[in-house]
Amino acid sequence: MQRRVVFPHKLLPWLLLAPQLVVTLVFFYWPGGQALYMSVLQQDPFGANVQFVGLENFRLVFADEGYLQAFWRTLYFSFAVTVLAMVPALVLAVMADRVVRGSVAYTTAMLIPYAIAPAVAGVLWLFMFNPSIGVLAWWLKALGVDWNPTLDGSDAMWLVILASAWKQVAYNFLFFLAGLQSIPKSLLEAAAIDGARPMRRFWTIVFPLLSPTTFFLLVVGLVYAFFDTFGVISAVTQGGPAAATETLVYKVYKDGVHNLDLGGSAAQSVVLMLMVVALTVLQFRFVERRVHYA
Amino acid sequence: MAAISLRQVVKRYGSGATANPVIHGVDAEITDGEFVVIVGPSGCGKSTLLRMVAGLEAITDGEIAIGGRVVNDVEPSERDIAMVFQNYALYPHFNVFGNMAYGLRIRKLPEAEVKARVEKAARTLELSHLLDRKPRQLSGGQRQRVAMGRAIVRQPQVFLFDEPLSNLDAKLRAQTRLEIQKLHGELGVTSLFVTHDQVEAMTLAQRMIVMNAGRIEQIGTPEQVYGQPQTTFVASFIGSPPMNLLAGTAEGSGFTVGEQVLALPSPAPRAGALLLGLRPEHAQLTEREGEGWPFAVDLLEMLGAERLVYGRLGGSAFTLRIDGTLVPPKAGSTLRLTAPSQRLHWFDPATGQRVEA
Amino acid sequence: MITAGTSSASPDPLRPGLAWLAHAVLWLGIAVTAFPLYIAFVASTLTAPDVAQAPMPILPGAHGVDTYRTILLQGLQGTYLSPPVWQMMWNSLLMALIITAGKIALSLLSAYAIVFFQFPGRMVAFWLIFLTLMLPVEVRILPTYEVVSDLGLINTMTGLTLPLIASATGTLLFRQFFLTIPDELVEAARIDGAGPLRFFKDVVLPLSATNIAALSVILFIYGWNQYLWPLLITTDNRLDTIVVGITKMIGTGDATTDWPQVMGTTLLAVLPPALVVVLMRRWFVKGLVDSEK
Repeated sequence: MQRRVVFPHKLLPWLLLAPQLVVTLVFFYWPGGQALYMSVLQQDPFGANVQFVGLENFRLVFADEGYLQAFWRTLYFSFAVTVLAMVPALVLAVMADRVVRGSVAYTTAMLIPYAIAPAVAGVLWLFMFNPSIGVLAWWLKALGVDWNPTLDGSDAMWLVILASAWKQVAYNFLFFLAGLQSIPKSLLEAAAIDGARPMRRFWTIVFPLLSPTTFFLLVVGLVYAFFDTFGVISAVTQGGPAAATETLVYKVYKDGVHNLDLGGSAAQSVVLMLMVVALTVLQFRFVERRVHYA
Repeated sequence: MAAISLRQVVKRYGSGATANPVIHGVDAEITDGEFVVIVGPSGCGKSTLLRMVAGLEAITDGEIAIGGRVVNDVEPSERDIAMVFQNYALYPHFNVFGNMAYGLRIRKLPEAEVKARVEKAARTLELSHLLDRKPRQLSGGQRQRVAMGRAIVRQPQVFLFDEPLSNLDAKLRAQTRLEIQKLHGELGVTSLFVTHDQVEAMTLAQRMIVMNAGRIEQIGTPEQVYGQPQTTFVASFIGSPPMNLLAGTAEGSGFTVGEQVLALPSPAPRAGALLLGLRPEHAQLTEREGEGWPFAVDLLEMLGAERLVYGRLGGSAFTLRIDGTLVPPKAGSTLRLTAPSQRLHWFDPATGQRVEA
Repeated sequence: MITAGTSSASPDPLRPGLAWLAHAVLWLGIAVTAFPLYIAFVASTLTAPDVAQAPMPILPGAHGVDTYRTILLQGLQGTYLSPPVWQMMWNSLLMALIITAGKIALSLLSAYAIVFFQFPGRMVAFWLIFLTLMLPVEVRILPTYEVVSDLGLINTMTGLTLPLIASATGTLLFRQFFLTIPDELVEAARIDGAGPLRFFKDVVLPLSATNIAALSVILFIYGWNQYLWPLLITTDNRLDTIVVGITKMIGTGDATTDWPQVMGTTLLAVLPPALVVVLMRRWFVKGLVDSEK
């Protein structure tokens, strides 16, 4: 954790740290503290009437049917996105690992969605699935599917799930490929000689050895689905129709910025903060072990 | 060039009740231009001592003076020293020229002077054709020479070497040893060289400081340390194979080891329990019946020019070195050994100190 | 580490013939990846009526040049009066560059301080910085807005970039790297007479060059793609970044939207970060993999 050889200066390090600490204190801890503070207050939008209400906001939040629905909805959404983003990524990574020629080109092409903002990804998919003019929407209708994400909540949910997953495949692909390439070829060759067919080799050797990577991507994927997908939802459905695609993070935004329920929004923020902390602790706990594997 | 003085130097890690002393009050005087080797086993504190002279470790107690100036609180870069590290410590992103020039440029030497010094050192060390290369393009021996070049161009009062040959293979080590000796002959700078290898110590040192567990066991020339070891530690550390030490009781002209009474050429310095030291190369075989000490042969090792004979004298382990061309004795046979009195060393069994006759 | 170019892959020792299957699957993957972008491209080359009439043609039209010229130079003139797209791209570029440079500079200094010095409060400083990794901006969005507003930074580039510089991504990365610099190098420099700042400039920075490049790529993409924060912080349309601009352009997302223009803008928004990924792939990959350790 600390080098053996260090410089003896005592004041200089603080000067070096100052810029980052200042920015962090002003734009992270102060607002963070404010969020905590606001979560235990009841105030009207103009800040005129401020009242300390203890955990009342939290109680209201958990009692709110809308919030609980958002909670389950978020879980459903997150798992759907994560699974949809991981399975194709794994398949593609396995394929990319096998080809000798062109793998650079394939990898580069596959990575491009990472460079696309979630909001923009949402717009692209919105365009394709727009009930009146979307190309894919038209094909769906031609197939007899009654597709309308502006009216049907589950259609809308699928739209945002697809857009979000499409973007995340790139990231998972990268890490799966790295994981696959770090498996010693000699292990697979030994298994082949032992008589194991490709599928068996995959499930009994490759997949278990990939499990640290898989777990890692699972956690990262959940965090992505919880937070980074805000752009997708905001651009495509604005949480609608009728809150069908309102995830927890979107709700924080809507309640705070549009409904001006500052206390409730802050309380929700705090709950989200705790969830992230739990996920991050889980991730770090786990990444430590992953480093030992490697 | 300057003299180095170490006066009651102490090093402790931590403080108060949990303090861990690693160097217990060391005194030494190194004269101007001398090449002194600090030798000892791993963990004896020799590197720590060197680093205290360099200023890389703080001095807990005592004084270190370079060129008459006490340098306890002086920064390494102000002590006018240069150091050669075991792992070379070359800046990976500078080329050879840049590595050697760095310290000079920081001191704001005019570029012409920097160039002159670097090129001169490069010639001396045969690095002139490598000045453009980066360290990763050099072999281990070349990197070590660049490290030495970096030290030379500084024209310091003192050179410090921290086990610089340990990372080289055997052949390169022997070669570099000679180069260091040659360099010292040319430049004559006061040098402090740390190693755990007693061969390096013996071959390079004008004087040696033998250290063990944070203390100095003996300071002397290689001849003195080899011929007149002051403690059992020095006796067994210097010389390979190590000196034989036999525990026994002296009485008159006899020394009893186990059940065997060994006749001594001259009386032991005192009666009672003593340790007798005799180097494997100093024991002589005798053919004459009735003379010499009975030596039971167990195993042999052929080294080429010489042969090592492992056996027992009076029940205690004893190693003998004989000419490789002689007919090898048989395992299980008994040889008879003698030794001249000036080759016998006596030590106190309790303190390990030399006892003079 | 990924060596996608030198993948001495695992050609199945028993079935070399299945390589065609792998290629086929990969092409399928690329098709799915590229399809939305392709559709966007096609839409940007058609006229608005063509697009609005379902089904939209699948082959590109001939109006691309006009469309792109219009959006770049004039912007959209629908319910959302956008600035010319080149201006929005400029906003995005500025924001991304400032965030990248800012985060890297601050992280380098902080990581250096934490790793190379021993001073009271060192661990406190470390944890203060480290904790910022735990909370993405979406969670503290409102109070941060208040703070920025109080500081009078609404509608300024400063307000746009500063809060995003606050998190510690780079600090941890550089800290990890700095810990691998050999002790002897520091000591040799100390004997050579280099103080801490000199050592930083002459030795640490050059050695960090690859890491800086890798992180720059990741941060540039992060900065360019920011959405929520720029959306909130700017009320003046002229400051809109291209990502925000696009979402405003959609309006109600129906046929009254000028889709060719929107899609053209979308492609322009994707172009710079995609180029960065393609041209700096090595560093991009290194940056992603390293920053997750």
